[in-house]
Amino acid sequence: MPKKKPVVYPYIPNSVPETRSEMLAKVGVKGVEELYSPIPKNLRLKRPLKLPKPFLSEPELQRHVSGILKKNKSCEEFLSFLGAGCYQHYVPSVVDTIINRGEFLTAYYGSNYSDMGRFQVMFEYVSMLTDLVGMEVAGFPMFDGSSSGGTALRMCARITGRTEVLVPETVSPLRMKVIENYCRHSEVKAIRRVACRPDTGLIDLSDVKAKLTADTAGVYIENPSYLGMIETQGGEIADLAHANGSLFAVGVNPMSLGVLAPPGDYGADIVSGDTQPLGVHMNYGGGTCGFVAVRDVEEHIAELPPLLTSIADLEEGEGFGFNLFAWAERLSYAARENAKEYTGTSTVLWSTANAVYLALMGPRGMKEVGETILQKSHYAKKLLAGIPGVKTPFPSAHFNEFVVNFDDTGKTVSRINAALLKRKIFGGRDLSDEFPDLGQSALYCVSEVHTQKDLKRLARALKEVIA
Amino acid sequence: MSEDMKLRNYHAQVWDEPLLMDKSVKGQRGILVPEAEPGIRSEVGKAEDLIPANMRRKAPPDLPEMAQPQVLRHFTRLSQMTMGNDASNDIGVGTCTMKYSPKVNEALCGLPQMADLHPYQDESTVQGILEILYKTRDFLREISGMDEISFQPASGGQAVYTAASIVRAYHEARGEGTKRDQVITTIFSHPVDAACPATVGYEVVTIMPDKDGYPDIEALKASLSDRTAALLITNPEDIGLYNPRIEEFVKRVHGVGGLCFTDQANANGVLGKARAADAGFDMCHFNLHKTFSSPHGGMGPGCGALAVKEHLAGFLPVPVVKKDGKRYSLDYDRPESIGKVRDFYGNAQVVLRVYAWIMSLGAEGLNQVAETAVLNNNYLEKLLLAVPGITESYGEGKIRLDQIRYSWEKLTADTGVTSEDIERRMTDYGIQAYWTSHHPQLIPEPFTPEPTDSYSREDIEEWAAVMRQISKEAYEDPEKVKSAPHRGITTAVDESAALLHEKCMFTYKKYKRMKAEGK
Repeated sequence: MPKKKPVVYPYIPNSVPETRSEMLAKVGVKGVEELYSPIPKNLRLKRPLKLPKPFLSEPELQRHVSGILKKNKSCEEFLSFLGAGCYQHYVPSVVDTIINRGEFLTAYYGSNYSDMGRFQVMFEYVSMLTDLVGMEVAGFPMFDGSSSGGTALRMCARITGRTEVLVPETVSPLRMKVIENYCRHSEVKAIRRVACRPDTGLIDLSDVKAKLTADTAGVYIENPSYLGMIETQGGEIADLAHANGSLFAVGVNPMSLGVLAPPGDYGADIVSGDTQPLGVHMNYGGGTCGFVAVRDVEEHIAELPPLLTSIADLEEGEGFGFNLFAWAERLSYAARENAKEYTGTSTVLWSTANAVYLALMGPRGMKEVGETILQKSHYAKKLLAGIPGVKTPFPSAHFNEFVVNFDDTGKTVSRINAALLKRKIFGGRDLSDEFPDLGQSALYCVSEVHTQKDLKRLARALKEVIA
Repeated sequence: MSEDMKLRNYHAQVWDEPLLMDKSVKGQRGILVPEAEPGIRSEVGKAEDLIPANMRRKAPPDLPEMAQPQVLRHFTRLSQMTMGNDASNDIGVGTCTMKYSPKVNEALCGLPQMADLHPYQDESTVQGILEILYKTRDFLREISGMDEISFQPASGGQAVYTAASIVRAYHEARGEGTKRDQVITTIFSHPVDAACPATVGYEVVTIMPDKDGYPDIEALKASLSDRTAALLITNPEDIGLYNPRIEEFVKRVHGVGGLCFTDQANANGVLGKARAADAGFDMCHFNLHKTFSSPHGGMGPGCGALAVKEHLAGFLPVPVVKKDGKRYSLDYDRPESIGKVRDFYGNAQVVLRVYAWIMSLGAEGLNQVAETAVLNNNYLEKLLLAVPGITESYGEGKIRLDQIRYSWEKLTADTGVTSEDIERRMTDYGIQAYWTSHHPQLIPEPFTPEPTDSYSREDIEEWAAVMRQISKEAYEDPEKVKSAPHRGITTAVDESAALLHEKCMFTYKKYKRMKAEGK
């Protein structure tokens, strides 16, 4: 049988057989196998891996993979009203252009001397984000809104030396799974759920008062809440928390902050959230980009787990550079098990997207997009509420999301959504499992990408489906 | 490598680019946003009136006002003041497995059928991405020898955190949660192997190296007890040595009832050569942004794929991708699960790239990746050990797989030039600053190159030639190295400021305020 011609792999320059032989000779071994001698023989895999036959050429590979992806229906093709923590907004072309630049896309650690450019971007991202949320200090981005919420709660406990946190019952059950796992066996010994008023969906202040104790490290709220409502009692909750010696933490959708008051304005000590809405594609949930921001208080900064970038003077001459390791003793890189929490790779490409997005939008863009979202989502709510059998149970003001109830239609959300799907519409997130008290309800999300025509199409389709 | 290899006369692009906020021009717009249609406005009225009065933003955020070309140019310039793997030789960035991230995979990620998918879409509309997740799961099961995979952890650190959470859940399920309160790791395992178990409440016991640089088996024996919950260990360790007694480590920990996890953030040298499961480990993880080619993104988003054996599969975070006949679905019904470690399912777009990368190589290709990484490393070793001032610490004469921690200790003693001086100087030759070492730096004046499968012989020779040149400079003109960089983006910054709260400037506002106050 003729010997198989060895493959030269385009991604592996030294797979050229002659090069390989020459390198082996220089190393002084007969074959690569000799270099594997450190691995005990009995631990070696003695057969080839069982993997499918590869597509060696790029056109064949491209065709194969895009063929699989074509089985997906995107939110570009279908009309989507899904939100619930991941949001469809317009991503400016300049954002995609910048984050696809190889210098940003393929960088990793680097130093101020090799990668100053991306540390400047990081500094600019932090400067804009903290201003947007009304805080003064933030670090490298974190993973997502839920795990950064977990960090915010643990920080409350570390800063105050207390052990309990208060969390409203409207926080999503899936977010709670992240937070509960993050707080188990930590400084946080108990997570107490605060009731929300059934008529408004807003936090029940009397329950906050009742649950605040000498052990309360922090009170966490979300604004807007998972169910979409704008919480108006932030200032009162902050006062109650502070009077009790507790901290006040707010989880926020930063997209709302061109029009809504930033948590810093109503007394937040810690703000967390997810900046995915600010210029990052949804990526099936892979676009999340968490953050935790605090005021410029030494004891609070000292509890932040991620890397912090500080602008710095040059040793000689004009200009500036960046220090990446501010207060390095907080970090697991330096302190191992004595670190505040673990840190490492997070979501820097997405915070780069956020920086470009905020620079493009500017103060007016953020205000205008917020206004458009408010108007369109309120219009949609009105439109849907006008359909016989459809209710919008919470009268409270909302930003981009609102609850729609279908109890009177006699149909489940699941059935309604299946029928909408046939009309190429993704209906709102089904809440019937997450919040059984709300009956057959769904969480609808509207943004600047929807047109009046889209909203009318939804209303028409719902009418048909319900009839 | 010829002795007089010509080094490039590099000069970094120095744009002297001001801070974004200093470029703001009142009234300029970077992008316009759609207005609500008149029919909507007449129906709902002014946006302001839709917000409760006390919740209206009073002062607009202090964002820059810039036209689109100026925004594009600002960030393009900053990108040019960044050395990415696409342009620079990253051999020095060891432990990070810097390799080529194929462009075709980026194009695939940009398709709307990936980028514009919402995580809560009906499963029938995401069969393509679920198929990718499921099949990549199968590939990693084969590569690790494990039984089940979770792609939910978004980084290596989060994968180790997830593993530590599973250790806790496993012992709690057996009624030993309180008793087993210690996790063992080694000093040359990645810092997260200590930080993550501490984050979930464990006391961490750290094993130091023996005289040969291997984790001390006697210290392990002394650490084991009925309090042992698990061993979290990197192998080969950070310094590049493969632990020849790894199986015994695992057996002994199992012997006292502990679980064993191995940190395979970097598995480049062992792909298809040795599997964590075959050494007895219960769990391992792979950094898909390292070994499996997904771009690092300047520190994420990545993916720490966590692989576990059957007896731990029930503890994995929800959901897990299932296949039922021909249909793929997400399974949340897992009563033993630790819950979730982040929102949604992890970075699906990273897994997509990995699927494409593995499908471009196949079993033979992955074998070629591993062998080339090991050959490249040993080739570089030959070149580096001929450079005056470089030594290998520990395990002299022992073969390393894909990475080695070297030391400039001798050069520092001879010339006063430190590893950090050299790190700055190398950027003058158009080479990315190297990774010295994790802390604590037990090996003096360390550096840790890792010439992965993506580097050519010429790249390796250039990298070694730069080290030789800087060594020569250190012996002949140490000041030149100490005052580096000379052709880089910037000169030395005041690093002392990073230590003091009153001197740290984390935002533009604080920077301006401190400058105005003359600080």
